[in-house]
Amino acid sequence: MSPVTAALRPMWADLHIHTVLSACAEVEMIPPLIVRRARELGLGVIAITDHNTAENVQAVGEAAAGSGVSVLAGMEVQTREEIHVICLFDTAEQALAWQEVVYAHLPPLKNRAEVFGAQFVVDRLGDFVRENERLLLTSTALGIEQVVEGVRALGGLPIAAHADRPSYSILANLGFIPPGLALAAVELSGRISPEEALQRHPSLAGWPLLISGDAHRLSEMRAATLITWAEPSVRELERALHGQEGRRIKLLP
Amino acid sequence: MTTVVEIVSALDVQVAAGKVNLQREVTGGYASDLLSCVMAGAKAGNVWVTLQAHLNVIAVAELLDLACVIITEGMHPNEETLAKAEEKGIPTLLTQESTFTIVGKLTQLGIRGSR
Repeated sequence: MSPVTAALRPMWADLHIHTVLSACAEVEMIPPLIVRRARELGLGVIAITDHNTAENVQAVGEAAAGSGVSVLAGMEVQTREEIHVICLFDTAEQALAWQEVVYAHLPPLKNRAEVFGAQFVVDRLGDFVRENERLLLTSTALGIEQVVEGVRALGGLPIAAHADRPSYSILANLGFIPPGLALAAVELSGRISPEEALQRHPSLAGWPLLISGDAHRLSEMRAATLITWAEPSVRELERALHGQEGRRIKLLP
Repeated sequence: MTTVVEIVSALDVQVAAGKVNLQREVTGGYASDLLSCVMAGAKAGNVWVTLQAHLNVIAVAELLDLACVIITEGMHPNEETLAKAEEKGIPTLLTQESTFTIVGKLTQLGIRGSR
């Protein structure tokens, strides 16, 4: 009896993209333009990962309907150690449940749009819905372990963001990856090759790696991670990260 | 040369772990919240001042054979972190004061920055 195997297909992924809800993102980062750029780049899957919020995830999902681009629901949370962690979920509902935890651990401060930039919630067309008035560009009171465990508990995948960068990175802030931390993967910026990153940061050895654009403008979106899987989902991503049953990830920076 | 116990005596700090090693002499000081910088810049026998309270702080202090760690701004390490500090015998001092204030007071005690 031969095992039943799902049809696997390769798909370009950029799993770290900001929208106009991130104060530091350009105003062009609205759902229809992000989806159009994803199509131009041949991306099959993207993840929307605004700073400490997921309020534009649904809108990008709606904008992508029928486009051939799948959207994972995400967030880029900032831990109390000032480390950025990409949190990926299958559904906007899961991301919004995680958002409740994050909001409960943000300081009760208001964003100053004139200093940090505005934080726009938009619809699928990119039209203005409201401003998010919370100060989102700051650390939550959640430690890295709490973030990793909290995201896992909701069925999501925690990924250390831009680990090779000097700021907001697990390697810069904590020196090395704490042993036993249940990260799903470590994201690299693509500014240096994975080989060079491993040489500079020996504690990356053995970790599944991804390269994402961390796009704050359309030109920063990139197709550098090729995932071969049955479908774009968190479960399939984790299998691909571990090279299970033919699923795999190739980095082409 | 100043010892850790003299720092404990002179500054508004609590000893949260590592009491057994308070007699150690302090060779100099280093202040940073980026552990990667500490790993590159701090020297054996230094006092390290930081507001990070993560378990890795203890690992770095052990790796570099630091004399003690002062965790500032009321940041509180979790039990696992303090247990590790106790196990490794790393004096871990907690204070409500800022890193700036603590470094100023350490300087007054005659402790100089490491280079």
